[in-house]
Amino acid sequence: MLKINNLHASVEDKSILKGINLEVKPGEVHAIMGPNGSGKSTLASVIAGKEEYEVDKGEILFEDEDIDELGAEERAHKGIFLSFQYPIEIPGVSVTNFMKTAINETRKAKGMEDMPANEMLKMIREKSELLDIDRKFLSRSLNQGFSGGEKKRNEIFQMAMLEPKLAILDETDSGLDIDALRIVANGVNKLKSKDNAVIVITHYQRLLDHIVPDFVHVLHDGKIVKSGGKELAHELEAKGYDWIKEGVGA
Amino acid sequence: MELKEKLVSSFLAFEDNIDVHSPVHDIRTEAIKTFETEGFPTKKQEAWKYTSLNSILKHDYSVFPKNENALEFKDVKKYFIHDIDAYKIIFVDGKYSSYLSQTTHDGIDVCLMSSALSKPKYRPIIENYFNKIAPKNSLSSLNTAFSAEGAYIHIPKNKLVDKPIQIIHFSTGSEAALMLQPRNLVVVDENSHVQIIERHQSLTDNPVLTNSVTEIFADKRAIVDYYKIQNDKQTASLIDNTFVNQKQESLAKVHTFSFGGKLIRNNLEFYQNGERIDSTMKGITIIGDKQHVDHNTLVHHIEPNCESHQDYKGIFSDNSTGVFNGKVVVEKEAQKTNAFQANNNILVDDKATINTKPQLEIFADDVKCSHGCTIGQLDESAMFYLRSRGIPKKEARALLMFAFSNNVLDSVTIPEIKQRITKIIANKLGVNIGFEL
Repeated sequence: MLKINNLHASVEDKSILKGINLEVKPGEVHAIMGPNGSGKSTLASVIAGKEEYEVDKGEILFEDEDIDELGAEERAHKGIFLSFQYPIEIPGVSVTNFMKTAINETRKAKGMEDMPANEMLKMIREKSELLDIDRKFLSRSLNQGFSGGEKKRNEIFQMAMLEPKLAILDETDSGLDIDALRIVANGVNKLKSKDNAVIVITHYQRLLDHIVPDFVHVLHDGKIVKSGGKELAHELEAKGYDWIKEGVGA
Repeated sequence: MELKEKLVSSFLAFEDNIDVHSPVHDIRTEAIKTFETEGFPTKKQEAWKYTSLNSILKHDYSVFPKNENALEFKDVKKYFIHDIDAYKIIFVDGKYSSYLSQTTHDGIDVCLMSSALSKPKYRPIIENYFNKIAPKNSLSSLNTAFSAEGAYIHIPKNKLVDKPIQIIHFSTGSEAALMLQPRNLVVVDENSHVQIIERHQSLTDNPVLTNSVTEIFADKRAIVDYYKIQNDKQTASLIDNTFVNQKQESLAKVHTFSFGGKLIRNNLEFYQNGERIDSTMKGITIIGDKQHVDHNTLVHHIEPNCESHQDYKGIFSDNSTGVFNGKVVVEKEAQKTNAFQANNNILVDDKATINTKPQLEIFADDVKCSHGCTIGQLDESAMFYLRSRGIPKKEARALLMFAFSNNVLDSVTIPEIKQRITKIIANKLGVNIGFEL
């Protein structure tokens, strides 16, 4: 599904990713861990198509197509979803209207008609129940005055509505208490299938107790320096990141 | 003949037609002298540095429209906030239309300036309030000289007016070019509450120039909620002069929505004569082509413990020009004043212009005053957020501009107005977000 080959990326001439190789197949859950500043969020943004980031070398293939030239919205239409670490507040646009716009624009790009209103409402009801979201919440302005937990739950709600093939969760666990974490993780788990894939980007192992990864990769200084199974996350939790850094330095 | 000469010589004919014993006869005579001396403002004056009236003064306006034109309600319904019950004071080519109006004298007076100026029972109010806060500058004086018709609203104390009052001035194009000078007086006594919606609407492409004066008096603890909807034809221009005088603990809000017209100048002034007064002025301006909208505001803090809030948003496309000149004066006695002013703008095209100038004159030492002007592009991270959800660049831009302007509507207390303005904004920006409006 996703294949990243020798990816180098920079922002404002500062090199951040220095040769990433990663392959994600349908049905898999990958975790990307690493210390602050290792390039985790950059990797997520580059895959999703943030324009500030320049791809200097290498390629990102999504379903065998090079997506480097595609805008963020075109990547979204192909089924790539990024759950933001810091979701943006959009006053004056309700969660519901935002989702309707996103879904109908995606359908339009695929040459489909707008989703009928009753179908949309039914979907909104189902997905909001899945994430234990109050209906009143949906008529509020997008992310405006939302608590940290509400913002993240809203991100996963959007993911549920858009039904992406590849979901990238960028530090979705940060700012969540244990109850919110469980709700978010349950939501993600229920959306998982053999046809879609998830990349979980996190600093800590605790989210991975709930969303169990098939593979764990450790990012350090713009490179994946170690890959392994879910037990690698526990090892990192116990030992911290220093032994990785030392291992690389040595 | 130039417009100024035409107006001055027309005044004689105008005076012939009205009662020389009128309580405002001397005021009018004085006013025409002021206008004759000063003439129309020019760019040489500081307050008019960025707005030239030349392009709108060149037409041969008729000053007294001859024909009376009847309008069918169904043809003009869309200019009303028609989904709510309201009092209506409607004018067609400067003449009162009793057919389209719904006035009242039941406990409150919602009626005509012409009757207020002629009938003895209104005399005390006219003598106490008429032309008492309008400054004696050239444009207000010009209006005062020709003041004959407009809305007269008097709310006695302890009245909560049951429904909003709509004032609409239509022009039908019966004249090749028409100049209108409506004069409104709004007097709200102690503890009373009124909501007013005002609109000027041309129905043809013939040039129209409106020079309107509205005086508003809010007595102790009165609440005045005033909405100006400016979405006129590209051949219509408006100089709106609105002056608000407030007494203690009163609350006055003026929202100005400027979406259309060739040239609009809003002179909006608040005078706080009492403690614990709140004055709020908010505006949304979204224009394009060669349109020009100028907001010239003043809040005069005279006594202690008062507040003022100004929040103006502007989105300018094509060759359009915006001006914001916000003056806040805090007198020495006006300690503990809280005065806030914000003017945020987005320039969509390279040729669009905004001139923004906060002007603070603070003579008290224990006050909180803030002002901020921004002229910017859209937030790139917000753009990325929307696009990452599948919303294309053009639609994402429109949606963000919509969000940028729309949050000024939080303080609108009439839901139907909020919906109407939201819809106009969405249309203006080409946003289709499937609102249930």
